[in-house]
Amino acid sequence: MSLAGFFFYLFAAITVASAFMVISARNPVYAVLFLILAFFNAAGLFVLLGAEFLAMMLVVVYVGAVMVLFLFVIMMLDVDFAELRAGFSQYLPIGATIGGVLLIELILVVGSWVTSSGEALKIASPVPTEDGVTNTEAIGRVLYTQYVYFFEAAGLILLVAMIGAIVLTQRERAGVRRQNIADQVARTPEASVAVVEVASGDSVFPSSTRGSE
Amino acid sequence: MDALIATFAGYAPIYPELLLAFGASELLLLGVFASRIKSETMVWIAIAIMGAAALLIFNQGLAVEQMFNGSFVVDPFARFLKLLVLLGSIVTLFMSRTTLKRHGLLTYEFAVLVLYATLGMMMMISAGDLISMYLGLEMQSLALYVIAALRRDSLRSSEAGLKYFVLGALSSGMLLYGSSLVYGYTGSTIFADIATYLQANPGQNIGLIFGLVFVLAGLAFKISAVPFHMWTPDVYEGAPTPITAFFAAAPKVAAMALLIRVTIDAFLPVVAQWQQILVFISIASMMWGAFAALGQTNIKRLMAYSSIGHMGFALVGLAAGSAEGTKSVLIYMAIYLVMTLGAFACIMTMRRGEVAVEEIDELSGLANTNLPMAFFLAMLLFSLAGIPPLAGFFAKFYVFRAAVESGLWPLVILGVIASVIGAVYYLRIIKVMFFDDAKESFDIMPADMKLVLGASGVFILLYVVYPSPLVSAAEAAAKSIFPG
Repeated sequence: MSLAGFFFYLFAAITVASAFMVISARNPVYAVLFLILAFFNAAGLFVLLGAEFLAMMLVVVYVGAVMVLFLFVIMMLDVDFAELRAGFSQYLPIGATIGGVLLIELILVVGSWVTSSGEALKIASPVPTEDGVTNTEAIGRVLYTQYVYFFEAAGLILLVAMIGAIVLTQRERAGVRRQNIADQVARTPEASVAVVEVASGDSVFPSSTRGSE
Repeated sequence: MDALIATFAGYAPIYPELLLAFGASELLLLGVFASRIKSETMVWIAIAIMGAAALLIFNQGLAVEQMFNGSFVVDPFARFLKLLVLLGSIVTLFMSRTTLKRHGLLTYEFAVLVLYATLGMMMMISAGDLISMYLGLEMQSLALYVIAALRRDSLRSSEAGLKYFVLGALSSGMLLYGSSLVYGYTGSTIFADIATYLQANPGQNIGLIFGLVFVLAGLAFKISAVPFHMWTPDVYEGAPTPITAFFAAAPKVAAMALLIRVTIDAFLPVVAQWQQILVFISIASMMWGAFAALGQTNIKRLMAYSSIGHMGFALVGLAAGSAEGTKSVLIYMAIYLVMTLGAFACIMTMRRGEVAVEEIDELSGLANTNLPMAFFLAMLLFSLAGIPPLAGFFAKFYVFRAAVESGLWPLVILGVIASVIGAVYYLRIIKVMFFDDAKESFDIMPADMKLVLGASGVFILLYVVYPSPLVSAAEAAAKSIFPG
């Protein structure tokens, strides 16, 4: 077994095992952590296939953003998982049916790929690869030239979405004390320090404010 | 075309869009960092930016230009519709200042979002590619969802925004699904290449037709044509009135433009396939717009059904699938835009003691309390109903004539019937205004509303005398997208 073959079986085995753990773990936080493990190993499989850009995107987008969001949601919302599991046996038949259909479809897809002649391999690599040009470089070459309009427009759409989210949710709270650095710097001893004559046995504070501090 | 454009002048065809994009972003920065500038000033700056963009479009002449490998097309068709969209946006911003200010809704974000929505509409109008079509549509829709829910303390406004968002996302999904099928079966996302492929392979292609149906369904959502209209009345009623005016005017023009682009630029070789879809949507919209409006008591809901019906009439011209038909749609949209803006200027004036009223009964006896407003509103309603010699009659006349020339007799007959039924509810409002007992008068009409109402009233009254500028512009625009 070659080194690549060894790593393929290693990554594939861990992916399947951790995917199984995602659905069987009792603690939802563990489930999310196992999902992250599955993503990392899937990224490893992508690297073996020569799709290094996709591998990095998977880690950055799914692990870095989506999974962190999942963790936030699980920790912030007190979801009663025991209640969610209550109808498990009730929904088992339909779940098993859908899973079965999906499995048959996957077998058909893979089967047709394995049995066909050279045609399928062409589909696997539709873009002829030049020597020394990596995926990342190939995407970079068209992203900012041929597709620059789409790229910039997508950026503007995200900006509009961000403006919208802020417009609809931000509220000016009354009575919040904010730091005003200019005011702080502009304070003078005359404005903030008062010299008082204190009679013996009396408090420093005038009697009216006593007790309020 | 494939080479990078190295000079700034090379981007001349997209100067108007660049101006709007930079202008909106600058306005946003100004709003965040220069909080002392009044929101009203911001709205004026936004109006100035859009006016400047309109001037740039005006100066572009009649050339047909393509940018970014054909994904952005600038031709007389695009320029005509962009000017209409800018007119709609400018007038609604102008009208909405006073009303929104009363509700404390006039924030600089409103002006910024309207600018971005307008930018999205202009991208839709110039789309020459399935991806740029989707990007333009999303940019426009996202901004519109937000301003629908702008009055976030109001349950109805939030509901309107949410409903709009969920159904809009659904329609985007259908559009994308259809686009992916079209791309899969033709091998290109560029409209011109799709048309070339269809010309070379004239046989029936089930997968492609499937995709075409989904694309058309997604676009029908955006122009609120039956059976994809269900969001319209609720959104129109729930959103603040100036924003409803915005929804009814410019986005409809842009979505109709996109529909024309997709059907003519990309799918003209399979005209028989989409013609039957458009005929069905058109008949359903005209009929539903007429019948459902009969029972409405809220004038904003009534305007929603009215706009559904009008989209049906405009589609009659597009279903003809000819240069004549496209020209008639363009004229229809221009006249519809002016009538809608005028009607909403009246609806925004329906206030008593700082409280906005929306029931049709509140208009009762308007002729006794405010004769000029009653007169102009009556003219607008006559025009919306399509009664000669007002502009609305000619709009309907052109689309029906184009359909007759293409031999779509059943469509025309049903359209005329729907038009007669629809006239009933417009005439009911006129009867309420002129023959019912007078109610307490409305607050004094602000000067800007008077200006908009007067301008649109003069346009629909005098169109019969001097129609040639609009007709010839629409003709040049329609010719530019029809090959040969």
